[in-house]
Amino acid sequence: MDLLTPELGLFFWTLIAFLAVFFILRKFAWKPILNTLGEREKGIADAISAAERVKAEMGQLQAENEKIMAKAREESSTMMKEARETRDRIVNEAKDQAKTEANKILTEAQAQIQQQKMAALAEVKNEIGNLAVEVAEKILRTQLSAAEAQNNYADMLAQDIKLN
Amino acid sequence: MNFNKLIVVFALFATVLGLSVKAGAAEEATTKGEEKKGFNATKVIFGHIGDSHEWHLFELNGTPVAFPLPVIAYSPTNGLQVFSAAHFEEWHESADGKAEISNSYNGLHLERAMKEKLVTDDGSKVYDLSITKNVLSMLIGIVLLLWITTSAAKKYKNGGTMTAPKGMQNGLEAVIIFIRDEVARPNLGNKANRYLPLILTIFFFIWINNLLGLLPGGANFTGNIAITSCLALVSFIVMMASSNKHFWSHLLNPPNVPFLVKILLVIIEFLSLLIKPVALMIRLFANMLAGHIVILSVICMIFIFAALSKVAGIGFAPFSIAFSIFMFMLELLVAAIQAFIFANLTAVFIGQAIEEGHGHEHDHHTSENEIIA
Repeated sequence: MDLLTPELGLFFWTLIAFLAVFFILRKFAWKPILNTLGEREKGIADAISAAERVKAEMGQLQAENEKIMAKAREESSTMMKEARETRDRIVNEAKDQAKTEANKILTEAQAQIQQQKMAALAEVKNEIGNLAVEVAEKILRTQLSAAEAQNNYADMLAQDIKLN
Repeated sequence: MNFNKLIVVFALFATVLGLSVKAGAAEEATTKGEEKKGFNATKVIFGHIGDSHEWHLFELNGTPVAFPLPVIAYSPTNGLQVFSAAHFEEWHESADGKAEISNSYNGLHLERAMKEKLVTDDGSKVYDLSITKNVLSMLIGIVLLLWITTSAAKKYKNGGTMTAPKGMQNGLEAVIIFIRDEVARPNLGNKANRYLPLILTIFFFIWINNLLGLLPGGANFTGNIAITSCLALVSFIVMMASSNKHFWSHLLNPPNVPFLVKILLVIIEFLSLLIKPVALMIRLFANMLAGHIVILSVICMIFIFAALSKVAGIGFAPFSIAFSIFMFMLELLVAAIQAFIFANLTAVFIGQAIEEGHGHEHDHHTSENEIIA
């Protein structure tokens, strides 16, 4: 039972010491430590929420960037397509034009050839006519001098014509 | 962990050294043909767990190596007296052989049975306010505690809010946050910050003194009922001082109960209110005392066997040391657990006292917590 009876002196000193420790620690240790811990926790929470916000903003920015990129890509592809179409059109037009031009030149050339051919034919005809008239004239002149000689001459002339 | 191991090894070494000298002395005594036979384990154990007016370290060749501590005595007749305990130097057995009595000095002498007591020669009343071994041990603990916590607090001030904790500060912070998040906030809710300094002080005060008590040659401070009753009284006073109307109305006028049961309930509630601090007191006291006694008993077994025969003593030593290492590890755990339980129950009791009427759900929660603890 001796163990269970508290000693007064020990009780007294413990009480004083504990209370002193309590007040000293409250002022110089627990308050500053707990305040700092609280502030730090708040700071960390703030930092985390700020990071989340920045992350969300980054995500948004990225999405926007992607949208812009996609738009740009689309635009460039339409431009390419348009350019290709324009090129094809111009090439085709040029081809058509060239073809018609060529056709025109061809027909003109043909017409000219025809014309010159006709002119040449007409000249040949005229020449033949003139020759015939000349022959006839010569025949007629020789006939007038001697009949046989005239015949020979006519033959000779006729042979000349053949040779021509 | 290394540090703990070191403590244990050192503790064993010192205890064995200290006790072996004693055992040697006891053996010598038997050869001289005195009445003492073998090894008096009771005396050794109670000498270690009791309070003393000197700090006994060990015995060397039969002479104790001890520091005398100041005796402060107040008696209504003689007033305040302060002198060194070294003046009590000669001891003799009392007439009935149950106690040892010192020489008289200034009309005072010490009586040492299970406990050491300062009494007057003429039997008049005297208040012993000496700085005993326990008080000195407590003061050492307090100096350590103040040094650790204030140096950590300084680091917080110097380092600013957003720097990571370092070293001792880091360990301290983990414990503080544990107490705040696991003890104070669940029990005290939004008023946790107000009571947190008290709960932290209780926890660290008990813990550091528990650990100091485990050191070899240390005092059995927290295993002393004067200390635990003092701490329990503090937490009871805080509980009473912070109790609110809801608590008292609930206690004095339990709702939804018939009149006769109500009377019974009020009596029971009052008893439970008084039992709370008593439970706090007994729990810490008994746990720490028992731990000390078990460790000392296990060590003493070596010398009990050695007193029978030297071979038995040497043969038993490894088992005894192994078991006491185990007990030391356990006690290191118990030191923290008991400090935690004291702090936690204080928080629970204060929480009950300051609880606002939110219905009965919360009541059950706290009582469950109490049972678990």
